[in-house]
Amino acid sequence: MEHGKYRFIVGFLIVPLTIYAVFVIWPFAQSIYYSFTDWTGLSPDFKMVGFDNYIKLFSDEVFWKSLQHSLLFLLLLPLVTISLALFFAFMINVGGRRRKNSAVSGVRGSSFYKIVYFFPQVLSIAIVALLFRFAYNPRSGSLNAALDAVGLSALKTAWLGDPETALWAVMAVMVWSTVGFFVVLFSAAMTSIPRDYYEAALLDGADRITTFFRITLPLLWDTVQSGWIYMGILALGAEAFAVVQIMTTGPGGPAYSTTVLPLYVYLKAFRDGQAAYATTIGVALLVVTLAFAAVVLKLGRRERLEY
Amino acid sequence: MKTTGTLPEDRETETVSTVLTGDPLRGTADEESKKGTEGRTLNVFSHGMLVLWAVMVVMPLLWAVMTSFKDDKSIFTSPWSPPSTLNFDNWSRAWSQAHMSEYFFNTLLVVGGSLIGTMLLGSMVAYVLARFDFPGNRFFYFLFIGGMSFPIILALVPLFYVMSNTGLLNTRHGLILAYIAYSLPFTTFFLTSFFRSLPTSVAEAALIDGASHTRTFFQVMLPMAKPGLISVGIFNFLGQWNQYMLPTVLNTDPDQRVLTQGLVELAASQGYKGDWSGLFAGLVMAMLPVLAAYIIFQRQVVAGLTAGALK
Repeated sequence: MEHGKYRFIVGFLIVPLTIYAVFVIWPFAQSIYYSFTDWTGLSPDFKMVGFDNYIKLFSDEVFWKSLQHSLLFLLLLPLVTISLALFFAFMINVGGRRRKNSAVSGVRGSSFYKIVYFFPQVLSIAIVALLFRFAYNPRSGSLNAALDAVGLSALKTAWLGDPETALWAVMAVMVWSTVGFFVVLFSAAMTSIPRDYYEAALLDGADRITTFFRITLPLLWDTVQSGWIYMGILALGAEAFAVVQIMTTGPGGPAYSTTVLPLYVYLKAFRDGQAAYATTIGVALLVVTLAFAAVVLKLGRRERLEY
Repeated sequence: MKTTGTLPEDRETETVSTVLTGDPLRGTADEESKKGTEGRTLNVFSHGMLVLWAVMVVMPLLWAVMTSFKDDKSIFTSPWSPPSTLNFDNWSRAWSQAHMSEYFFNTLLVVGGSLIGTMLLGSMVAYVLARFDFPGNRFFYFLFIGGMSFPIILALVPLFYVMSNTGLLNTRHGLILAYIAYSLPFTTFFLTSFFRSLPTSVAEAALIDGASHTRTFFQVMLPMAKPGLISVGIFNFLGQWNQYMLPTVLNTDPDQRVLTQGLVELAASQGYKGDWSGLFAGLVMAMLPVLAAYIIFQRQVVAGLTAGALK
């Protein structure tokens, strides 16, 4: 049996490893290398230019705008999404009182909420973005029409066309599409918290808010932390790219008011023929992603509760 | 954000009500009346929020379904009114003339191929890494799962040119390979821990009985790993079905477009033609199958996605 072991291991690894190396590892390593060249992507010729691309970043206004928006996404999106989801999940699982003779239970209709809230999660972000592009339409969109109907016509605006509101309108869509996932995720984590903890807290006279901050949140901290990283990666990556690219017209919204780092990488590489510079922006994105994960893990460790 | 705004007030009323009453586990009549006045603010607020969010989730979807049956004129003049007549021709127009049928077909082919490939290759890697001790085991493990932590868009720029040079650009099999490659990190990660959790005795018995490693894998281990395969399979299916960035970059040929891409292109072109109703029909067409599948297989989908995302 030992005889065939290595042949078996090699046989099983060779195909997946090749695919993975060719399509992921190799391009990834290449992109860091390209960031030190003047490669356009259009012709096979290029030469090394050292840190020129990195120096160029510093004076590139659109890069700073993209970075600023990506950082805003990174800080605000997880905060809003996770806060809302924690609140909903707490209500759904622990918020009900005096039902079914048990001390702790969810509010009425909690399973219905869990099913409905999850809807956006199974839809493609591209479809969601398209749907809201129509809803935000100033002329015929459902949002402005709804404002008219409830007598708030004064609030009507060109949502995605106005540089003041475009970024917020885009972020709202990302919150809309992810809250449900976290509600379900946190619900799963909450059901694994022993009921006696809640009962003991209730006997001590703790109210729901104290219970949440003293019991639920500390015991959920690991899940919140990984959720935070997960949401942060969405906010920096493919999800943000799709939402901004589909919803806002032109290159990242009116006057670049909604552009984000992944979109800027895409535009530089495939619109402007500056492949090397695009990979440099990508490296900046990588640095932000890794720094973010490191910060969350570091902050998380300090507040982690052992039980 | 809205939740924190009202906390101090609610905290006060809640504390008063619970402190003043007796046993908080079994609500007494006294508590009921107290709660009636003071706990109500919190209750009304919380339930209000829950209902509001449910409405906010469902309304845009219902609006899209409603709009897909309307004619172009009423879409613009009265966005919220229900359709006066059900225009089913919007749907047939979207399906045939606006190429929705082709987008569906392309998506089915690409996702079908890549899902099979991802599951097969992913479980092979995971099995080897989880159950065999060999030099480099840890290295390969971290090589594979390392892919989860970096921004895909960074690799896509050179990948575009790699694929262009090898003739894989704008082909379905090229897209399938890319989907597989980018699904491997998570699939491997998830299934490695799953294979580790399975008992070793059954596989050992099979080997002693003379089964080869390959045979043991396919006939003993894979069937045992079914729950894990289903979870990660659903996760990958939805991820690949909903993929937008990879096809946008790697698949620019109009004939090869997948659903998400096709819809976005359609939105651009139909906008000129003014066929908004056809566009909404296409949008709803793409939405309904996954929503229906979710409602039917709700438990599995939720388990798959949540187990999938954060194990």
